Amino acid sequence: MTAPGVQEDVSGRPLVTERRLHPVTPLRRAWAPVAVLLGWVVHDPDGAQRQLTRLTTTTLLVGLAVLIPAAALYGFLSWWFTHFAVTEGELRVRTGLLFRRTAHIRLERIQAIDVTQPLLARVAGVAKLKLDVVGADKKDELAFLGAGEARALRAELLARAAGFAPETAHEVGEAPSRQMLRVPPRVLAVSLLLTGAPWAWLLVASVALPLLWIATHSLWTVVAAGVPMLGAAGASSVGRFVAEYDWTLAESPDGLRIDHGLLDQAHETVPPGRVQTVRLVEPLLWRRRGWVRVELDVAGSSNSLLLPVAPRAMAESVVARVLPGVTVPPPEAFSRPPRGARWCVPVWWRGYGFAVTDAVFAARRGLLRRTLALVPHAKVQSVRLAQGPWQRTHGVADVHVDTGAGGTVTARLRPADEAADLLHAQAERSRTGRRDAPPDRWMA
Amino acid sequence: MGTTDTPDVPTTADAPGIPDAADVPTTAAGGAEPVWRALPPGLLTMRRLLLVVWLGLLTLATALVPGLLAGPAWGAFAVLPLALLLYGWVMLERNWRSWRYAERADDLLISRGVLWHEETVVPYGRMQLVEVTSGPVERHFGLASVQLHTAAAATDATIPGLDPAEAERLRDRLTELGEARSAGL
Repeated sequence: MTAPGVQEDVSGRPLVTERRLHPVTPLRRAWAPVAVLLGWVVHDPDGAQRQLTRLTTTTLLVGLAVLIPAAALYGFLSWWFTHFAVTEGELRVRTGLLFRRTAHIRLERIQAIDVTQPLLARVAGVAKLKLDVVGADKKDELAFLGAGEARALRAELLARAAGFAPETAHEVGEAPSRQMLRVPPRVLAVSLLLTGAPWAWLLVASVALPLLWIATHSLWTVVAAGVPMLGAAGASSVGRFVAEYDWTLAESPDGLRIDHGLLDQAHETVPPGRVQTVRLVEPLLWRRRGWVRVELDVAGSSNSLLLPVAPRAMAESVVARVLPGVTVPPPEAFSRPPRGARWCVPVWWRGYGFAVTDAVFAARRGLLRRTLALVPHAKVQSVRLAQGPWQRTHGVADVHVDTGAGGTVTARLRPADEAADLLHAQAERSRTGRRDAPPDRWMA
Repeated sequence: MGTTDTPDVPTTADAPGIPDAADVPTTAAGGAEPVWRALPPGLLTMRRLLLVVWLGLLTLATALVPGLLAGPAWGAFAVLPLALLLYGWVMLERNWRSWRYAERADDLLISRGVLWHEETVVPYGRMQLVEVTSGPVERHFGLASVQLHTAAAATDATIPGLDPAEAERLRDRLTELGEARSAGL
């Protein structure tokens, strides 16, 4: 047939070269039977012990001699039957031994690309690559690739998605990036100590556990209740610190780059024009220091954090980069609900606010922990007005704005006539807001 | 394609019980005053029939079971579902009258609900999928629903109880307009 260099078939279409994942992958899959066994031991320790004592050394050895090759075979076969290929406009992933599955992911639909390295994968020098598109499955991630290969593949996918010609996409390489912000570990640690969740869990534990001890005098009950509570406190403080350690935000022609993690590392790339919603969250205890957390919604992506903690001015400048042409409306630009609204939502009605600029729909809520959500008009999928009977008697209504990332931003408790106007004005703005939005292929 | 509206379909002008029915604002660039369409009466008939069947059975059960077991006086409990039936009879009509939709130049409006009023605007360019569905009961009454899906899961844009011909016309028109103005995510 043809030489591998001349990859053209009769119709002149370039042939697709399929590749396999990194050879270390079978080891990951081989864990499955062991994990099942471990799960059984944890679930039913007494039964497991009884079964184990009945086993003689020979049966144990025979069992292992069957189990380990079976696991190895399963791992090998699932690796052998997984292929992926980059074609002109798609990434194709073919998996499955018994149930075949072929996913064709269109590159111009990419919402984000994540390269993640769990701790063990870092030791082995491999990485996972996941394309976030709407409706993508966990099965569609490429785990594992060599770390260098993953970077090269990401660069190639981004180049193709950006609209570079297929012949040159391979050589374009990684786009240069410029660091915008790096969160110092000390600031991150202080900010986590100033959030409520870990302290709330500790408080609950310190009250509930002594009470439980007095009531039952059973050490096991206290341990069984205490472990999840302390675990939750740890996850919301130490766990988050480890995950958000060394949070670096950089800007490149391919969009935003977010890198973070102490043990497990993640590198995310969000191409331009993919951000659907940005939220500035300001917990009560952060207010004196002027810190905010910035969250974002990207369709099909599970990551929702843009910045774990940053001074407000810096966060606003980052928002201006993420959503081009958008400035965060100043506090005095927000209009409050009318006084009648206090009968609909007592006390907290003061926390609601709403503003609209020529680029974004902005809604604020919360009194103690303030959240400000921004939706660019171009990202609005539908607009809804809702008014319940109680709201009608007080002359207010809610306007919901739905975005493609599955989120909804609500301007709550607006005066009824203003809400009716807003509904139509917002639909009009979202329709026209699309005109000067950048194209899906951002380099084309 | 002619619409198959029956003559006794209420027009916007005489639809009672709908707040802000008369003064739907027009946007400057959005074109003319929206032309509202109401639902054909088949939906009301179907819902009333279902109401009568289920609450009728419940009335009968609450009258007979306590009445026979504990004495005739206990059968008076049947008044509760009966009252609910009468209330539902009236409310169903109000609800049915409140449903209406308008195809504007660039978006579809759906307005519904009396106590819980809701109005939805979906620009044609954002429609990902238009679905026509019809269950067995709906089919018996010659009805079909049109459901619009956008990329946002929260978009709740369903028009129930349409004539199948009108549902198909609407689906084809929406699909056509959606393709022409497609904007994606």
